[in-house]
Amino acid sequence: MLASIASTSLAQLSIEITGAGAQRMPIAITDFAGERVVSQAMTSVIRSDLERSGRFQLVDPGAVPMNENTAPNYLDWKSRGADALAAGSLSGTPDGRYETRFRLYDTQKQGAIAGLALTHTANQIRTTAHRIADTIYEKLTGERGIFSTRIAYVVKSAGRYELQIADADGNGAQSALASREPIISPAWSPDGGKIAYVSFEQKKPIIWVHDLATGKRHVAANFKGSNSAPAWAPDGRRLAVVLTKDGASQLYLVNADGSGITRLATSAGIDTEPQFSPDGEFIYFTSDRGGSPQIYRQPVAGGAAQRVTFDGSYNVTPRLSPDGKNLAFVTRDGGRFRVAVMDLASRQVQVLTDTAKDESPSFAPNGRMILFATEVGGRGVLAAVSVDGRVKQRLSVQAADVREPAWGPFSK
Amino acid sequence: MNKTLLPISLVTLALLAGCGSQPPAPEQAGAGVEDRNPNAVATSPVGTSSTDPYALAALKDPKSPLSKRSIYFDLDSYVVKPEYQALLDHHAKFLAKNGQMKMLIQGNADERGSREYNLSLGQKRAEAVKKALMLLGVKEAQLESVSLGEEKPACMEASESCWAQNRRGDMLYSGEF
Repeated sequence: MLASIASTSLAQLSIEITGAGAQRMPIAITDFAGERVVSQAMTSVIRSDLERSGRFQLVDPGAVPMNENTAPNYLDWKSRGADALAAGSLSGTPDGRYETRFRLYDTQKQGAIAGLALTHTANQIRTTAHRIADTIYEKLTGERGIFSTRIAYVVKSAGRYELQIADADGNGAQSALASREPIISPAWSPDGGKIAYVSFEQKKPIIWVHDLATGKRHVAANFKGSNSAPAWAPDGRRLAVVLTKDGASQLYLVNADGSGITRLATSAGIDTEPQFSPDGEFIYFTSDRGGSPQIYRQPVAGGAAQRVTFDGSYNVTPRLSPDGKNLAFVTRDGGRFRVAVMDLASRQVQVLTDTAKDESPSFAPNGRMILFATEVGGRGVLAAVSVDGRVKQRLSVQAADVREPAWGPFSK
Repeated sequence: MNKTLLPISLVTLALLAGCGSQPPAPEQAGAGVEDRNPNAVATSPVGTSSTDPYALAALKDPKSPLSKRSIYFDLDSYVVKPEYQALLDHHAKFLAKNGQMKMLIQGNADERGSREYNLSLGQKRAEAVKKALMLLGVKEAQLESVSLGEEKPACMEASESCWAQNRRGDMLYSGEF
């Protein structure tokens, strides 16, 4: 099944769905009345959002004109196999903007279950469509949708690195930073307003904090040696970072403004890739203190480190799910690097992917999907997999390597 | 050993005249080519000071052991293998003899696995080379270790031979970085 989004530039991510969920709810999204005059992006964006989630199966709505005020012929929709139905309209307002209205119906219960009216500009049609898809998704699954969230990633083309921010569907990519030197490890602040990252622009790794709205940025850590792997504390005020100022890579805490550096852990080997648990109590990190790189955790307030991963000789890049119950990481098995997820309560591990060079897993803010970097045909691409391993997507940019993805938080 | 010294001095002369293949370095500009007497080179007895294997000029000599600048590591490892002790010994002697020279050690990792872990691994590899040189008597002030992680691969193919080339510590001298 292919659901490609129209590409408007070379830097556009295109998405291919390579696997879908087992139980998908059949839903029909009728063409919104009036959208032919303005933009047909509205319903196509809503449809592809829902389909990409792997939780819905689109039912052909046919050509019967409908809007949010049309009484649905429930028997007809049921006979077409649709359990849910959305209809709406798009119209101009006197001040030159647009109003989009929609209703969501349950064809079994035969009634409206959600509705929304949104005023927006012509430039906000996709944003509006994502809001509607989020509303539909949340009403029908009971979980928040992630269609209005954003992702960050690094695009590498010949001699050029760009930190880009795009909508979760890969559209509307904007460049936050371009450099001739590598950019790695972007990390979203909990409020989604800033990104911390590591830039080699001064010929060594230095941690920056970049305000997305203003484009202003400041150095958060530039000590002797390398400065890397920034991770935000849940309160957004501090970063866990990795410095080599005292020798090998070790964990420190620093205020987001670069002040108040303190040591967080001490080991004889490598400690890196810190990540706070969502409650802020623990730091998960990668360490080779036991002889091979494995994942450990340690109380932020102080205390002994506990080993978390035991299977295999290479388990790295710990990433906690937003509810703190699952741990995504990269595991090596027979030369293949794949994304795995551990249920922290049972310690059960499931390998989720069948690729070989996975890196940088990042949870969607609703915890349903994991975005990661991998390689297909010798080229860096982004891919996403559901936590149950069933839904798979691939996001690629033509003629460039895409890497280092980070899924942003819910917008406030 | 003595047999090799004469050819080294000859090649050194050729390099100083501008035939070198090493990366451009400031100290090669305007080197004292005119001061050398070609006859003296041709007839110079081996073992004199002009054929000192640790003279500055030896750095530009492709036949000098100092021309070897890379230490290769096993997968996941930052242990300097015994086979590199002789090479490190040459560099340690050079640094001891040329106190004004500094060395930048760049640690690298192959492309597989975590970028951040590879950055740390590269740092450990650079540190391991630095420590090995210090054990051989080099002053810490002459040495600096940095990591390039997997970001600057020497070899771009996805093969074991290529990855092995990228698991590497490079020794660069003043003027080369």
